Amino acid sequence: MTHFGQSVRETRERLRSEDPRFSVRQVARRLGVQPAYLSKVERGDVMPPSEATTIRLANELGVDQDVLLALAGKVPSDLQDIIRERPRLFADLIRQLKKAPDEAVLRVVREVREGDW
Amino acid sequence: MIVLDEDNLRFKFSDIHNDAHCEIEFQRTLRIPDDGRHYPLPPGLGRFPLRHLDDYAERLPAHWHRRGGVIAPMYQAEALWINFHSDCDYPFAIKIGTGKRCAITDDSWSNHLNSDPQDYVVVPEQPWLDGYCVEKGVIRQFVAMPLGHGYTIEEQLTGEAEHGGIQVIVYPMKAERYKQLIAESADDANIDFCLDAPRLESVSMGLAPGGKMKQEIYEDPYGLDAWDQRRSHRCFVSLVNSTQWLTITGERPPSEAPTARDYTDCGLPWFDYYGGDAKALEASVNLNGISSVIERGKDKGVSPLPENDSLTKQPNVLHVSRSRKKQPLEKDKRFSDDIQQA
Repeated sequence: MTHFGQSVRETRERLRSEDPRFSVRQVARRLGVQPAYLSKVERGDVMPPSEATTIRLANELGVDQDVLLALAGKVPSDLQDIIRERPRLFADLIRQLKKAPDEAVLRVVREVREGDW
Repeated sequence: MIVLDEDNLRFKFSDIHNDAHCEIEFQRTLRIPDDGRHYPLPPGLGRFPLRHLDDYAERLPAHWHRRGGVIAPMYQAEALWINFHSDCDYPFAIKIGTGKRCAITDDSWSNHLNSDPQDYVVVPEQPWLDGYCVEKGVIRQFVAMPLGHGYTIEEQLTGEAEHGGIQVIVYPMKAERYKQLIAESADDANIDFCLDAPRLESVSMGLAPGGKMKQEIYEDPYGLDAWDQRRSHRCFVSLVNSTQWLTITGERPPSEAPTARDYTDCGLPWFDYYGGDAKALEASVNLNGISSVIERGKDKGVSPLPENDSLTKQPNVLHVSRSRKKQPLEKDKRFSDDIQQA
């Protein structure tokens, strides 16, 4: 079982313990995939689904889309577009921040300028 | 710090407490008829887009640059309401101004809180603010009008059309007071885009008083001393005419909201909020006597609001409230799938 599949199964089972709508069959139906396919994904028998399906799965399970995509080994396409637009700048930035503590990364987040008024 | 995230202004005071963060968003809504009747709360139709002013400074009036903050598009005569949200139920005192006049007391803008009369709202107790407090339990809806025509609160109170926009300042509760509160509660919610576009000088919008609706502005249950006035973050939201948003940002503005009459005729919900035992503030004398856009238009011999017909159908009103245990009000409580589909 892959980390992705394991995480999906654990989250879904936790939700199912409180709400039967989170059975494999019902979640698969809402996602528009076959129950057998979702079971295989959870067991790690097949590769994680496409980006679009993974995002729908994240929304269905109430987990962060970016985290689930990362577990699936995918970089969200909007981030890919951002990097492609200025590849040298963002590649350098990401490498520099690789080992920075969370607080240091947060300081890089763009603030709204409060101005003088 | 203030961060812009998906058209949300996120105010973070991580140096005070990990829970000390809140969000403010500006919701598109129906403009209620300005016909003297008292209406329930209209729905949220989605957030207004917000963008860093600095990213488009060269296309905006030069004097706006000092303000910093963000820009948002509004059509003339379009209405908005302000949604406050504190994830962890951390309390905040939030002061809202329009044209640098307080929306609660009408006083000129100041960077501190006043308790007599109270010039701020307390979040999460106050989930929304839809307009100017003109009577106890009654507000006049925020309606966008172009600056320079005499409709905005700023122009009515000062005779000047200088600032426009919306001003926000947020103060967190003192950390020690919050810890005390937690302890107490333990015992008992591709478009054509011209990069060389000229600077647009006549884009400025301000907010003016529209029709009346029922909404209480609640008294501060904690007292002025609860707020950490040494720490605050503030933001100037400059309002740009939606017809020029595309030229400025290269993005299409949201479509115009449906009319209140069409919305109601479809049987879609309006809202009423019950704040429990919270006491409502009295209105300021000046705001009570302010002219609405329609009244101002009559004085000028013009009809400034299109589609101002009264409703012909009784609104379907949903009642929402905070639970007795003071759980945060669900963020999407004033939105529904039906409304989004509409």
